[in-house]
Amino acid sequence: MDRLIEPLDEDGLRAAIAEAAADRRTLAVSGHGTKAGLGRPVEAQAHLSVARLSGINHYAPGELVMEAGAATPMAEIETALAEAGQQLAFEPPDLGPLYGQPIGGGTIGGVIACNLSGPRRPFAGAARDHVLGIRAVSGRGEVFASGGRVVKNVTGYDMSKLLTGSYGTLAVLSLVTFKVLPRAAATRTVLLFGETPADAAATMEGAVDGPWDISAAAYLPQLAGARSGVDDVAQAGGPVTALRLEGSRQGVRERTVALRAALARSGETGELHATRSRALWAEVGAGVLLPKAGAGGDMLWRLSLPPAQGIAGGGRIQQALGGEVAFDWAGGLVWCAPAPAETPEAIDAGAAMLRRITNEHGGHATLMRAPEAVRARVPVFQPEEGALAALTRRVKENFDPRGVLNPGRMFEGL
Amino acid sequence: MEMPAPDHRIISRRRQIARSLRRLVRGEAVIDRAAELSAYESDGLTAYRQMPLITVLPADRDEVAAILRYCAHEGIKIVPRGAGTSLSGGALPLADGITLGLARLNRITDIDIANRTVTCGSGVTNLAISTAVGGRGYYYAPDPSSQVACTIGGNVAENAGGVHCLKYGLTTNNLLALELVLMGGEVVRLGGKQFDAAGLDLLGAMTGSEGLLAIVTEVTVRILKTPARAVAFLAGFDSLENAARCVSEVIAAGIIPAAMEMMDGPAIRAAEAYIGAGYPTEAEALLIIEADGPQAEVAAASARIEAIARRAGATTFRVSGSEAERLAFWAGRKAAFPAVGRLAPDYYCMDGTIPRASLPLVLGRISEMSRRYGLAVANVFHAGDGNLHPLILYDANKDGELRQAEEFGTEILRLCVEVGGVLTGEHGVGVEKRHLMAEVFTEDDLKHQQRLKCAFDPDGLLNPGKVFPTLHRCAELGRLHVHGGQLPHPELERF
Repeated sequence: MDRLIEPLDEDGLRAAIAEAAADRRTLAVSGHGTKAGLGRPVEAQAHLSVARLSGINHYAPGELVMEAGAATPMAEIETALAEAGQQLAFEPPDLGPLYGQPIGGGTIGGVIACNLSGPRRPFAGAARDHVLGIRAVSGRGEVFASGGRVVKNVTGYDMSKLLTGSYGTLAVLSLVTFKVLPRAAATRTVLLFGETPADAAATMEGAVDGPWDISAAAYLPQLAGARSGVDDVAQAGGPVTALRLEGSRQGVRERTVALRAALARSGETGELHATRSRALWAEVGAGVLLPKAGAGGDMLWRLSLPPAQGIAGGGRIQQALGGEVAFDWAGGLVWCAPAPAETPEAIDAGAAMLRRITNEHGGHATLMRAPEAVRARVPVFQPEEGALAALTRRVKENFDPRGVLNPGRMFEGL
Repeated sequence: MEMPAPDHRIISRRRQIARSLRRLVRGEAVIDRAAELSAYESDGLTAYRQMPLITVLPADRDEVAAILRYCAHEGIKIVPRGAGTSLSGGALPLADGITLGLARLNRITDIDIANRTVTCGSGVTNLAISTAVGGRGYYYAPDPSSQVACTIGGNVAENAGGVHCLKYGLTTNNLLALELVLMGGEVVRLGGKQFDAAGLDLLGAMTGSEGLLAIVTEVTVRILKTPARAVAFLAGFDSLENAARCVSEVIAAGIIPAAMEMMDGPAIRAAEAYIGAGYPTEAEALLIIEADGPQAEVAAASARIEAIARRAGATTFRVSGSEAERLAFWAGRKAAFPAVGRLAPDYYCMDGTIPRASLPLVLGRISEMSRRYGLAVANVFHAGDGNLHPLILYDANKDGELRQAEEFGTEILRLCVEVGGVLTGEHGVGVEKRHLMAEVFTEDDLKHQQRLKCAFDPDGLLNPGKVFPTLHRCAELGRLHVHGGQLPHPELERF
């Protein structure tokens, strides 16, 4: 893949894809390329970068909406939002460090193309819930738009959702419009020390149902917590259950007191205020509390499970494959770094075992990080079968009939 | 209403088709007598009527699959129908099509409190879900005003909203899984009880697809714990501008209330006369704002909302002192449509969404149009998320008034698009707004939407004539125009 195509604008993007389709030339698509390690490896004849399609072109804080070129840096978006006291409520995680990149990289288009959401996801929705509109160029080399700048909209199919999380395999985003929300005046995290996994499951379920209106719930076993930069967590000497409260200053103060009182009979509690609370949840969302690549964490999985199944499912996988696990989304998200396997056969068998257990608990697994050779062999995303696989194939063929865009990034041969 | 030209070969085989269907479904589920079929000739948009070829009421997923397999083989069109409450003609029958009524898929099959999910047949009503879990302190958030009657399957088809979607989202944000039957009879399951569904977001694409992609037979939704506290405020204003300013300032203050609804003078007075909710009848605009959540947060938000409302010029401000009073505040809003319905023999409900900031401009222009058309209008408005419901009053028995009302409505929707909004927030395009799709979308936008349809229903048998202004064939859509030239297709049906 020696050729780099870097269109200056949407029409250039359209022309580049139309030409590739005419010549049946495959394209590997990227923004800033920070998530190139996520998904199956793409073998393409040229590299298409949308890096030039950058910049916030509309921001109306009173309408809770922002519109930006697909390659607008996340840092630029987050700065603009913070100045107006707003944020992306789905809390996009900064996955850079997972792939050996510096923190603070990535683009809004990348976040949306991969549908990446952080710790607030169970309470505020995913990236896909905040995308209001898109402009994109399909694999046919045609520009199309969907949605708009308003939240409530059923005018035509929701193509914005179809493209969110499609990893650039159907169309290349040129412009995205998304919902933004006020940032809470205050945030605190209540820590509960030393719970067993089963007790933590009950604590998180009770916290979600309780009157405190929590906005994140994680359970960090001792090894994971020890990697935190927040000393109260790192030096806990045991597992930590973390529950976040956000809202008005007075409200958060009162709710923290009430929540700690309710948890007191389950063990020793602590609390993190603004900066340290934010630091902890950034780490939890980014998956950096699990072992680094090369330090026993060559393979890192992210499992989406029914929340009440998370602790049990993660526990079974750890028992079967060794290594480490950590839990977010009140149990609905399990980060899993199995003990390193020696041979390709052992890696494949481990992956199959992990998928089998995940399926038994009613969830699905994504291989977030692994050496390229492993990602080429082991399905990265939940494999599809039968009528669903055929439907996915027909969707791909309708948007990208010549298989030009990111071939094989999601599914082999697609 | 112009629909795809009926296929007379299908119509002439009506008796034989009914006989075949009776072999596929149990009981008295095939309706082909005119007297009974007439119950299905329209939906909530009663201005348009058409007798279906036959109506079938399958009892379960397998019967749905058998019917679709048979119809795919025979080339018979299908019009899905839930409770028939669509306000855009989404369930308007076809003379040569089978109306597939899904109301008998009405069982709640799983209540999973630990995972906060409910799984049920697509014919279960919206309210029945909240009722089933209410005793345990949970509810299903989207609450369209037809929630007593409308089905969850219909909610998925239209991406139904309601008054609480400002904070809690629409159907699409509260949906976890679907069981679908494709036109060929294949069963597909999307999503599960986990937060994120795997693969392409077909769950998202299905939501709001107006019955054109697949038949939904089972739905899993997320339920929420009933908030610890909920308080409603009634703020009366002597102008719509002041009320609109109040809405903007609440949002600008960083408050996202659970609901923020507006009614104009005619709507306030109609609702008050109808149900006696205690609304200030001298006001020209009324806001119903709800704050919910932990006691401490509700208290903090309440004080700030009251200060903002008074600063924006509220002439009256009331806080619900009890749960009964909170519900009474809402009763007037929820009864607004029937209340306005008493003012004239007929009314026509519009559903545009606009940026909040353009509200005074849009309402001003609507009242100017009202004078020009000589038709009265009352406005109810999901002010928090910019979704406008002007109700145009008319009398279908008066010569030309229906057409006048439709033209008035079209002009309102064009205005919504002009100010940066869209044609429909939650009622769907159906047959009603398809002629306006080209105002919002380019030819290529619409073709890509239809290509999604081709992936699901390549023969175009599911609900044809809805949503799209032109029926393209999938073979033509599939062709790659390498040099970008658009071939004219004079043979295509255009509405």
